[in-house]
Amino acid sequence: MWNPEIESMPREKLRELQLKRLKETVDLAYQNVPHYRQKFDQMGLKPQDVKSLDDLAHLPFTVKTDLRDHYPFGLFAAPLKDIVRVHASSGTTGKPIVVGYTREDISTWAEVMARTIGMVNTTFEDVVQVAYGYGLFTGGLGLHYGAEYMGATVVPMSGGNTKRQIMLMQDFGTTVLCCTPSYALYIAEVFAEIGVPRESLKLRAGLLGAEPWSDAMRREIEEKLKIDAVDIYGLSEVIGPGVASECLCKEGLHICEDHFIPEIIDPETGTVLPPGRPGELVFTTITKKGSPVLRYRTRDITLLIDVPCACGRTHIRMARVMGRSDDMLIIRGVNVFPSQIESVLLSISHTEPHYLIVVDREKALDTLEVWIEVSEDLFRDEIKGLEELERCIHNEIESVLGISVKVKLVEPKTIQRSEGKAKRVVDKRDLPKKQEG
Amino acid sequence: MAVKQISVFLENKSGRLAAVTKLLGEKQVNIRALSIADTSDFGILRLIVNDPDKAHKALKEGGFTVSATDVLAVAVPDTPGGLAPALAVLEDAGVNIEYLYAFVAQRAGMAMVLFKVNDTERAAAALTKAGFSVPKPEEVYSV
Repeated sequence: MWNPEIESMPREKLRELQLKRLKETVDLAYQNVPHYRQKFDQMGLKPQDVKSLDDLAHLPFTVKTDLRDHYPFGLFAAPLKDIVRVHASSGTTGKPIVVGYTREDISTWAEVMARTIGMVNTTFEDVVQVAYGYGLFTGGLGLHYGAEYMGATVVPMSGGNTKRQIMLMQDFGTTVLCCTPSYALYIAEVFAEIGVPRESLKLRAGLLGAEPWSDAMRREIEEKLKIDAVDIYGLSEVIGPGVASECLCKEGLHICEDHFIPEIIDPETGTVLPPGRPGELVFTTITKKGSPVLRYRTRDITLLIDVPCACGRTHIRMARVMGRSDDMLIIRGVNVFPSQIESVLLSISHTEPHYLIVVDREKALDTLEVWIEVSEDLFRDEIKGLEELERCIHNEIESVLGISVKVKLVEPKTIQRSEGKAKRVVDKRDLPKKQEG
Repeated sequence: MAVKQISVFLENKSGRLAAVTKLLGEKQVNIRALSIADTSDFGILRLIVNDPDKAHKALKEGGFTVSATDVLAVAVPDTPGGLAPALAVLEDAGVNIEYLYAFVAQRAGMAMVLFKVNDTERAAAALTKAGFSVPKPEEVYSV
């Protein structure tokens, strides 16, 4: 355990700490962020109305479009001179969602990341290979700072370049691998392909997240790589990875409750649901200074587990994410909204094209195909004209999503029309099924 | 002067060409010439038919993506070296050829070449001036 004093803090004491910090955060948001003040004023609320943790349920929700509407820095609670870093994730259209970190936020993040990394008993003696993407995405730098804070030896590989990843894993004696679960499986396949002897590796654990996966996939990864594989969870709107992570009991992810208060709500009505009931996960940050969020609706469907855990940690657990309450897809760890692809197609064809997003998994790696029906406006009598169209759509989508895509031009009526809302996405991957209700 | 060619977008999968020809047969449309340009995923079927408007309408109603394109028909002698002088004329006139295809006409000893060029009028004038026969569209549709 990285921080036993906090991680196994008696719940009563933890709740006291949460209330104190919640009050401070509500006050900070009200004083420094016009958006929150406006919302509170509209609802006739004042920061001092928060007298107990139960009062959280009366506060307004924050949704992704609030963050988008205040692009880029409108929801920052600290002046830019105090912001030392920004990260960004996909918005639903065009502009990304931006979050800012003060120096204090960066240390908070390193602290919660060290707890995450410590879940698999990592110490300063470990070699931690970070194969999450570095950059605006929070994955790479999040893990990086946590492992460095802990004093482990960090190998900042970023994603891709699998054979080189494996070479360094062997040569540096990597013990802990951090990447998406599908990339871990892919690495396992490349191991088998090039015949890496298991004795040449010191790998013992994987911190896998940034996309949904199942227990069946965990078993496959653990068997093929001969490691302990644990699920880690986070989102940049809240802080990035480090929000919650599984201990070696592998029965749910401990939420860093001294920094983030979770709630589960009914996505239709917004009513708070008790532990054990599946619903939409909502987070309130209670220590962040740069981009605090009140009751942020993650759109992830899960449930809370309030039964004490055998590991001794007292922080509440969330089950694996079971699905989404919106249409977001996670492809190779990157958040993708069908609306992002649609807006690219609209800008190219000027009329709404019929399209289909096909997501599949080949050799453990996600593939993204976009099928577009060739209408009369798009049709050219020359091959080079059609190839140019394909290339243009391809480049635009790649630049918006930041991941590669295969564009396929198809004949009219190829894509199934359904009653009412058109079916825009076919996901052939074997992912945890969406929970209904 | 310009001959109306019907172009159809086809995915590169079995049965698509058969579907087009079957449909046109049912509508009593006679195909005079055709060519296919393709990539690994899709192709463009180009047709010269006896009734381009009817073919266009029938294919569109049949759910295909169709367009009409102006092409230039030129009659050249059906002998070795018959095409080369026509191409030389176009080159001298500074006309770019996007694509061409040919069929042997029923007219004795002649082959019909269909050109898609960047400037149909200039191409037609240059070829006529050089003594080539540039048949009227009706002649092409009914060869």
